[in-house]
Amino acid sequence: MIDALSNRSGWVGPWTLLKKELLRFWRVSFQTVAAPVITALLYLLIFSHVLDKHVQVYDGVAYTEFLIPGLIMMSVLQNAFANSSSSLIQSKVMGNIVFVLLTPLTHLQFFMAFLIAAVIRGLVVGLCIYLVAMWFVDLTVANPWMIIAFGLLGSALLGTFGIIAGIWADRFDQMAAFQNFIIMPLSFLSGVFYSIHSLPPFWQKISHLNPFFYMIDGFRYGFFGKGDVSPVLSLLIVGASFLVLALITLKMLKSGYKLRS
Amino acid sequence: MNHPAIHIQGVHKNFGALHALNGIDLAIEQGEFFALLGPNGAGKSTLINILAGLIAPTAGSISVMGFDVQKQYQQARQLLGVVPQELVFDPFFNVREMLRFQAGYFGLGRENDAWVDEVLEGLGLADKAHTNMRKLSGGMKRRALIAQALAHKPPVIVLDEPTAGVDVELRQMLWEFIKKLNRDGHTIILTTHYLEEAETLCSRVGMMKQGKVVALDSTANLLNKFSGKHLRLTLGDVRLPHDVERLVRHAENGIYTFALTDMIQIEFVLSSLRASGIKVIDMQLNEADLEDVFLSLVGNVAVEQPLMANHHE
Ligand SMILES: Nc1ncnc2c1ncn2[C@@H]1O[C@H](COP(=O)(O)OP(=O)(O)OP(=O)(O)O)[C@@H](O)[C@H]1O
Ligand SMILES: [Mg+2]
Repeated sequence: MIDALSNRSGWVGPWTLLKKELLRFWRVSFQTVAAPVITALLYLLIFSHVLDKHVQVYDGVAYTEFLIPGLIMMSVLQNAFANSSSSLIQSKVMGNIVFVLLTPLTHLQFFMAFLIAAVIRGLVVGLCIYLVAMWFVDLTVANPWMIIAFGLLGSALLGTFGIIAGIWADRFDQMAAFQNFIIMPLSFLSGVFYSIHSLPPFWQKISHLNPFFYMIDGFRYGFFGKGDVSPVLSLLIVGASFLVLALITLKMLKSGYKLRS
Repeated sequence: MNHPAIHIQGVHKNFGALHALNGIDLAIEQGEFFALLGPNGAGKSTLINILAGLIAPTAGSISVMGFDVQKQYQQARQLLGVVPQELVFDPFFNVREMLRFQAGYFGLGRENDAWVDEVLEGLGLADKAHTNMRKLSGGMKRRALIAQALAHKPPVIVLDEPTAGVDVELRQMLWEFIKKLNRDGHTIILTTHYLEEAETLCSRVGMMKQGKVVALDSTANLLNKFSGKHLRLTLGDVRLPHDVERLVRHAENGIYTFALTDMIQIEFVLSSLRASGIKVIDMQLNEADLEDVFLSLVGNVAVEQPLMANHHE
């Protein structure tokens, strides 16, 4: 009977969990992909219509062009967060999280599966917005590696933050508070719709404390080759934030905080 | 090699001020068919949750076939299949998908599909394989829950009230399937409030009360120890004489059940009733069953009322 222990392969378990997480959002892709793409395009339509002729943030860059990378990144971040946080809170409220907790999956495997699913959801949404926006605007790409690096790191950071929120929250309203009081303000006050150089000095300083600012600014740098701060600084800040949050998450998972108590 | 299937040593669990488990020591050998009985709140599910790694014990340890459920949780969980008491399901997927996922988490791929089919067949779920979990009836959800616990073919199977809310047909089907697994060498541990189920299926019984094991023996021994009989008399609405009344174990709608340790007591009860002018309308004499053992060990009539109610769920 003990041969139940021998005939298993180490990759099948975490891969299955990842596959399940991907299918979960793909089955309802109208809500999880189409809806955020439409929202972002509405923003694009309205803001570019109202402001295109009046605002120029960078020399030689039309406002609509300026806006698109920020909108893409904002959607990537919000959807990465939404994926891991809503999957976890739903499983917790429904109780079906036990199906995963009863398995030999390690806390690292659990983390990786939720993280990668969140990154993929974020990037899929971002890519769809990009593809649709290309119909309207010719976007330059100055540094594709920066785009990829910030896309990956940003979605990983927010995916991890979503895992923390999902573990911590016990009810849907607590999760909604997380969304409304942390994610939304941080993403709207990050310079998606404006360059922070157009802000009064006090608000510029505040913006520098917002990790979303560095993700948006670095991502935008990949398109235009310029930004409000150095992309290397942004990359370091975003990478360090990800590492810190990932370590916190792994510690929570290892201790069984809220999930096994 | 020959570790017990489950070895529980000095397990305590406190929820705040509540001592849900007060020092449980219990070894269940490989191949056993074991019943864990006890009234609501005795701590059965708490013990199972610690075994499954869903909660941590306040003190003590549990091992599954020699693997500690905390320190060697990967091996322990690989060997264990647990059916939770709560009826939970994942509304995103159908039955077969859930079973494939569940086996997958345990490292098993398509080579396990034949077993998944066998489980679906054995639990009468074959024609529901492509039905979304959300659309299953309550009893069908319970079957799917059981199937999920079996998906990775675990050698040690723990079923926490698998027959709650399940019709007679499935109960029989389920037990036939579980008995077959037991014959094939799987260890089975179950909790149930249907005591006749435990009596016919299980070779050994542990009874819990307020976080302690109060009886642990083979089913046959337990029944022998309580070789008493009970006498059911239909008397109608009457006032019993005092010396007879203290033998009453249960009274409902004018039907009185007396617990007797000795046949001589029958004569005593009947003559005493005759002396008070009470007429016996109907009479029945039964052997003690697990329920008598249970009631005499874990409680008085007041405590067992919710338990009796459970029989008619
Ligand atoms: N998470 C928890 N927090 C606080 N108290 C709990 C928790 N889980 C269980 N308890 C308490 O522990 C005691 C044992 O509960 P448990 O669920 O183990 O009983 P049980 O024997 O399974 O009962 P039942 O037959 O009703 O399923 C109960 O008093 C219960 O209220
Ligand atoms: Mg229980």
